[in-house]
Formats: sequence, C-alpha cells, structure tokens
Amino acid sequence: MYEFFFVLIPRHFPFLLEGALVTLELSFLSMAFGLVLGLATALGRLSGKRWLDWPLITYVEIWRDVPLIVQLMVIYFTLPTIGITLSGFWAGVLGLSLNLGAYLSEVFRAAILSIDPGQRAAGMSIGMSKPMIYRRIIFPQAFRIAIPTIGGYFIALLKDSSLVSFISVNELLRNGNIIISNTFRNMEVYMMVAIIYFILSFAASRLIRHLEHSLTPKYLRRQGRKAKVLAPDIAVMP
Amino acid sequence: MSQAPLLSVRGLHKSFGALNVLKGVDLTVRSGEVAFLIGPSGGGKSTLIRCINFLETPSSGEITFDGRPLCHEDGRIFHVAPERVLRAARSEMPMVFQHFNLFTHRTVLENVIEGPIMVKRRPRAEAIADAERLLREVGLHDKSDFYPDQLSGGQKQRVAIARALAMQPKLILFDEPTSALDPELVAGILDTIRGLADRGMTLVVVSHEMSFARKLADVVHFIAEGTIIESGPPDRIFDNPQSPRLSGFIRSILH
Repeated sequence: MYEFFFVLIPRHFPFLLEGALVTLELSFLSMAFGLVLGLATALGRLSGKRWLDWPLITYVEIWRDVPLIVQLMVIYFTLPTIGITLSGFWAGVLGLSLNLGAYLSEVFRAAILSIDPGQRAAGMSIGMSKPMIYRRIIFPQAFRIAIPTIGGYFIALLKDSSLVSFISVNELLRNGNIIISNTFRNMEVYMMVAIIYFILSFAASRLIRHLEHSLTPKYLRRQGRKAKVLAPDIAVMP
Repeated sequence: MSQAPLLSVRGLHKSFGALNVLKGVDLTVRSGEVAFLIGPSGGGKSTLIRCINFLETPSSGEITFDGRPLCHEDGRIFHVAPERVLRAARSEMPMVFQHFNLFTHRTVLENVIEGPIMVKRRPRAEAIADAERLLREVGLHDKSDFYPDQLSGGQKQRVAIARALAMQPKLILFDEPTSALDPELVAGILDTIRGLADRGMTLVVVSHEMSFARKLADVVHFIAEGTIIESGPPDRIFDNPQSPRLSGFIRSILH
C-alpha cells in the first residue's frame, strides 16, 4: 500500500502558490488581450469589407486548427531564428492570446449577429451614429449573450496555460514538476496541483456566474435557469 | 401654402442588385400634412420611407428635407449628404416600425430618453421629465420601469411612438404601425396616431388600414410597381379612382 507523505506539502506549498500566481497572471493577461483581439476580429469580419475578410479568416483558421502546444513551440523556439526573441512568459501570453482571440472572434460575431437588426434601424432612425449604436444598443446585449461562452473559454484558458510549462515558464504545473524532481513524490504533488487548478477554475466559474447574474435585468432573474419562452411577434401578412 | 414643402422627393430610384424597387418617385409633404402611402405588397411603400430616412441609401434622385438636400443629382453624379447631415435629418424625422424595434435591454423610460440624451445632448433630468410627460400622453406612465418583453404589442408600439416624439420631430414616419398587432389592439394605436395629427404633427404613414386613411389623411398616395400612380385627397382616391390600377386595388381590398 502506498504511504502518503503529506508532511512535505507545507514545505513546498509556497512554491506551488508562486506558480499558481504566474498561472493567474498568464490567464488574465491573455484573457484581456484575447477579448480585445476577438472583438476587433469580429468587428472586422462584420464590417463587410472584402479586403479585411480573408486575412481575418486566415488568422482565425490557423489559430483554431493548429494545436496550442505547437503554436507555443513555434513562438518560443522558432521566432528567435528570425530575430524575434520573447521570454517564455510573454511567448506564452502571445500564444494564448492569439489562440483565444481566434475562438472569441466567432463567439462575438455570433452574439452580435443575434441582435435583431431592427434595433440597429431604430437607433439609426433617431439619428444615433454607428459607434453609438454599437456601444449603447448592440454591445450590452451581445455581451450578455456571450458571457457564458466567454466564461467557458476562460476556464479552458486557465487550464490550457499549463501547456506553457513546456516553454519553461515557472507556472503551477512546472513548479509542481520541479518539486517532484527533487522529492520523487509525484502522487502528493500532482494531487496538490490538481486541487489548486480546480480551486482556481471553480472560483472563475463562480465569478462568471455572478457577472452573468448582474448583467441580467432583474425581471428575468427570478426565472432562474428556466429558458424564457418569448411570445413570438408574428407578422400578420395583410 | 406657398411656403417650401417640408419634404420633397424627386425622381427617386432604388435598386437592390438587379431588382428595381423604386423607379422614379416624386413626393411632396407639407408641414402639418398627413400623407398616407397605400398600395400592394412589394410595390415599394416601405422602401420609399426607408429611403427618406436613409435607412436605405437611394440609388439616384433627390431628397430635400426642411430645406436641406439629403441627396441630389449633379449632372450625372449622385451626391449623398455627409453622415452628420443625414443623422441630424433622421433625428428630426424618426420612424415607427412595424415590429416596434424597441431596445430590449432598456426599460420603457430608457428607450424614450436614449435619443434626447445621446443625440440631442439634452440634460438627463430634462429628458426624463419630457419622457414622463410623453408616456402619460400615450397612457403608459405606470410602465416606465418595465422592459419591452413585459409589454403587449400595442403597448410596445406606443412606447415606440413616445420614443419618436421625444426627438421633438418635424415629421414622423410610420411603417405599417399596426400590421403586427392583434386586431383588438389596433384601435388604440390608431387613436394615438390621430392624436398626433390633431396636434398638427406632420405624418407620413404606410398603412393597410384603409378606413383609417380615409378619415385621417390629407393626401393619399397610391404606390405600385415602384412609382406613385395616383395622389389625391382620400375621397377622390377611394371613391373616384382615375387609373385602372388603383380602381383594381380598391376593388381587391373591399372584398
């Protein structure tokens, strides 16, 4: 029977927390850049400008269709050969941001398209400018629709950031591996690593739930998880 | 009556690709006039008022609103006024839509004050006071804090009318305002529109409510196949149509 050796945990716990902090830094920075990149890409796709279309589609497809670990390797190991050297941390942020941006652009695009174009027309018909319509009418509604999906991607990002350990960034997983190579106690350490990832992701998930709740108008909240069935405004043909 | 018309449309064309929807429309609307646009589906009524409001950009022709050209022809070149000018014009001739098109994430009050605050840059307190007065006029002052989803179709449309009125418009465009409503709710909206006409508001109404047009309109324009085929006072249009196309239309709707 395996003998657990939990006494080593308190000794190494601060080192794991250091790694967890780096994991959080990676995730939040990549999330911030990914959101901006995703939104910009979605707006570019929706602008109807042909010359913007193919570069943006190319970006989205490349970053969705190549494994993240390969993207990170390319950024960290091969970019220096053409003179671009990034630290592991920033290579990680770059890779994760570009990856997330590609996915989020489709989330934003779908959410924006789901807003009834009649509201855009109504905004225009009272003299609102296009940026004003986006800021005041479309974004608030599209964002609320997109929040649960964005949240899902954020949790995925938090966990995927462990891949950055392969390009020697001292985040949570890599710090765990370092402890193991010193103590040969992989059972205890990996359990701790797993628990910390779970706590971080679970906290993120609660945070997103809270955000979704606070963005939902009060009259819709009581209905809770039940989908709201809207009475359809069926056009009566004359 | 010698003053310049509030709205003047000359030779307006609009095509969507190969489809010519408007083929040279001339329309004049004077201040205080109630103009109805009637005609068969697909004849270009809605496209015309969407072009007047520049929700659709016309393909050629001339629109002048309140003395300002919104688009015109110069030789063979078609000019459209800058976006800034179009926006200013739109804010003075808001549109009420068939499907209400309220901002669903905003309360009734917020729907009404959006334009005054964002477009007209009026102080919030003033905009709210005004909106409350308008909502009282349309009978919805007790619904200020409701969201559009909580209202009936007729109530939504009255909010949309209040939203248009809040712009202190010179003209209001109505695009089939009762077509999406349950029959018992239609009368309430028509009453509201009649109230506007009685106060001298200039209205351009696309509608299938013929008896309403007959009672309220100063001028009725019959549009079919992309042009105005006949215009005139309602009595003449309905009782004594000149063109065979119009008399056919009148017959078809009376049956």
